[in-house]
Amino acid sequence: MTTAAATAGRRTAKAKPATMAQALGRALRDSMAEDPAVHVLGEDVGTLGGVFRITDGLAKEFGDERCTDTPLAEAGILGAAVGMAMYGLRPVVEMQFDAFAYPAFEQLASHVAKMRNRTGGAMPLPITVRIPYGGGIGGVEHHSDSSEAYYMATPGLHVVTPATVEDAYGLLRASIASDDPVVFLEPKRLYWSKADWSPQHPTAVEPIGRAVVRRPGRSATLITYGPSLPVCMEAAQAAVEEGWDLEVVDLRSLVPFDDETVTASVRRTGRAVVVHESTGFGGPGGEIAARITERCFHHLEAPVLRVAGFDIPYPPPMQERHHLPGVDRVLDAVARLQWEADN
Amino acid sequence: MTVQELPGAAAYRPTPPPAWKPLTDPAPLLPDPEPYRVLGTDAVADADPGLLLRLYAELVRGRRYNAQATALTKQGRLAVYPSSTGQEACEIAAALVLEERDWLFPSYRDTLAAVARGLDPVEALTLLRGDRHTGYDPRAHRIAPLCTPLATQLPHAVGLAHAARLKGDDVVALAMVGDGGTSEGDFHEALNFAAVWQAPVVFLVQNNGFAISVPLAKQTAAPSLAHKAVGYGMPGRLVDGNDAAAVHQVLSEAVERARSGGGPTLVEAVTYRMDAHTNADDATRYRGDSEVDLWRDHDPVLLLERELTGRGLLDDAGKEEARGAAEAMAAQLRERMNADPVLDPMALFTHVYEEQTAQLREQAVRLREELDAENDQHGTDGGAER
Repeated sequence: MTTAAATAGRRTAKAKPATMAQALGRALRDSMAEDPAVHVLGEDVGTLGGVFRITDGLAKEFGDERCTDTPLAEAGILGAAVGMAMYGLRPVVEMQFDAFAYPAFEQLASHVAKMRNRTGGAMPLPITVRIPYGGGIGGVEHHSDSSEAYYMATPGLHVVTPATVEDAYGLLRASIASDDPVVFLEPKRLYWSKADWSPQHPTAVEPIGRAVVRRPGRSATLITYGPSLPVCMEAAQAAVEEGWDLEVVDLRSLVPFDDETVTASVRRTGRAVVVHESTGFGGPGGEIAARITERCFHHLEAPVLRVAGFDIPYPPPMQERHHLPGVDRVLDAVARLQWEADN
Repeated sequence: MTVQELPGAAAYRPTPPPAWKPLTDPAPLLPDPEPYRVLGTDAVADADPGLLLRLYAELVRGRRYNAQATALTKQGRLAVYPSSTGQEACEIAAALVLEERDWLFPSYRDTLAAVARGLDPVEALTLLRGDRHTGYDPRAHRIAPLCTPLATQLPHAVGLAHAARLKGDDVVALAMVGDGGTSEGDFHEALNFAAVWQAPVVFLVQNNGFAISVPLAKQTAAPSLAHKAVGYGMPGRLVDGNDAAAVHQVLSEAVERARSGGGPTLVEAVTYRMDAHTNADDATRYRGDSEVDLWRDHDPVLLLERELTGRGLLDDAGKEEARGAAEAMAAQLRERMNADPVLDPMALFTHVYEEQTAQLREQAVRLREELDAENDQHGTDGGAER
C-alpha cells in the first residue's frame, strides 16, 4: 500500500505523485534557496547526490561549498558541523546509514546535544543530522538499525521521524529552521512511498513536537511512528473485519513527546498498543507505555502492550521479516487487549 | 618482489598501477629533527625585546595563576584544577599570537590560555568550580568552551575556520590538545579534514610527557607527534615548548600561513607537566624526582629570565614589578573565588532547548515545589537558593 497516499491530508490542484525521497530533497533545496546559511555536508552527498539520491542536484545548483563531499569520517563530519554552526551556519549533515552514525555519537552526545545548555543559552547549535534508519530494504549488517532510543535518551536533541511524504517535507523544513539540533530519522523503507503532494501545500512546514491521529477509532489506540505507520494503518484496516475500530496515532516527533495527543487518544479508547521495529527492551515503547500508564491508568481497560522488534541484533536480510513487526503481530496484540473480557 | 610465473601459462607481467603519484611532496612538510629554540641561540638576536618582556610578565602571572588555582582546590573552592605549571610558555604564546577576531579552542588544561587571551579569570574557572559548565559567552570572547572529552574540539576548530573562510573572513582557529589526545580518532579526523579543506587552522599539541600516567612512549610509535602532520599533507613543526620566544615565533608563522590561505599546520611543543595531572592524581606513582628535576632547569620562566637579565633588559626592579602584578592578580582571584556563587536551580531547565518541552516544564514545577518545601522547613524567605 502507498501509505502516504492513504494518509496524506489535504491535496492541492497542482499535486502530483512524489516519493518521500523527492520530498526530502525538495525540503533541502528550498531551505538552501531560502537561507544562504544552510549547508549540506556528508559522504557522497555532492556529485553522487547521496546513495539514496536525497541530495541529488544540490551541488550543481548551489555549488560544492554549500553541498560538500567530505572525507569518510562521521565524527569529523559532525564535529566540523559543530564548528560551522558556531560560526553562524546551519549545517545539515547526512549520515549514510543508521549504524554508520555511531562513530559520531560522541560528538552528538557530548557537544551537539549540550552546547546550548553548557553555554547558558549563548551558543545554540542549529544542526540537522539526517540518518536513514530501520530495516525492510534487504540491507546487510549495519544497514538496518533502529537507533532512536539512543538519541531519545540524550537530552538536548530533538528526535523526529516522518512517516508520510508530506511530513518528510514539512518536518525537514522545520528541523533545518530550528535553532536546536535535530536528529532527523528517515525511514528508508518508505523512501519510495508515494503521495500526491505539492511543496506549495499551505501546511507544508510542520512544527516539531506534535503527534497526529492518522485514523480515528474507538476500540483501541495504536501508537507508532516512521516505518511502522503503514503496518499499523493496514492492521487497522484488517481489524475492521474483527469488529475493532482502531485509532492510529503517528508520533512524528519522539522528542519532544506529545503526551497530550497520546493521552487524549488512550483516554478515549481505553486500550493502547505501541508499535515500532526497534528492540522492545530499553526501547522507545517502554517509555511510551510507562507514560500512558502514569497518565491514563484509570481509563485503561487492559495493560498497555508493546509490539516491537525482538531483542536481538538486527538480523540478516533473509531473516528480517521474522524480526520486523507485521500486521499479524499487531492484530495478535489487539486480540490480547480483550484482556478484561477474558479474565 | 618477483613476479610469479604459472607453469604452462603465458608469462604474466602485471603492469604498475595506472596513475600513481604522490599527492604532496612530503619533504617540506617534515619537522626538523630537533625542537626549534630561540632563547640561548643565535636566533634570539632577531627577537623583539618588547615582545620578550611582555611574554615574561605573562609567564610570571600565569605561573602565579596556576599556583593560586591549585591552592583553591585545597580549600575546596575548585572541584578540580589541571595545572599547566611548566607549560606556561605554550599557554601564553597560544593566546598572544591570535588576533581579536581569531578563535581559541582550548582543552580542559588550557584555562591559562583563555585568561591570557583576556577572559575574566573567574569566568574561566566556572567549569572547574562546578557552578556552571561554561561561565562565558564563547562568541563574545571567541574562545570555545573548555573541552573535557579529548580532541573533540579539534573538528570544531576546523569547521569554524572553514565556515569563516566561506564567509570571506580572514579568521584563524587555534586548537590545543595534549599528547594523549593525539591518539583519539577525532584528532585524526580533524587533521584530515583541515588538510583536505585547507582550513585556516593551527593545531598546537602540548606534549607534556604524560596522559595522566601513561608516558609518550606508550602513546605513539611515531618519531615525533609533529611527524604525524606529513601523513595528512600539512607541515609539522617541532618546537621547544618551554621557550616562550620559540613557541610564539613558530605559532605566529603557522597563524600567518593559515591566514594567507596556506592551510593548516601541526605544531608539537615539547614541554613538561611539573605538577600532577590534577590535584586528584599522585604523580609519584609513575615518575621519579630526578626526571622532574631535569625539567626544573629548563623551566620556561627561568629560561626567559636568564635571557632578559643577560641582555640587560630585566633587573631586580623589573622582576619585582612582574611579581607584584602577579600577586595582585592572585589576591583578587582569591577574594572573588571565596565568595559563594549565587545559584538558581531553576536555571537547570532553562537552556536544554530553545523552548522548554512540556516534560521539562512539569519537572521544573516539581523542583520548584521541593525548593519551596525546603525553604519552609528552614524558615527562609524563599529567595534565591544558595
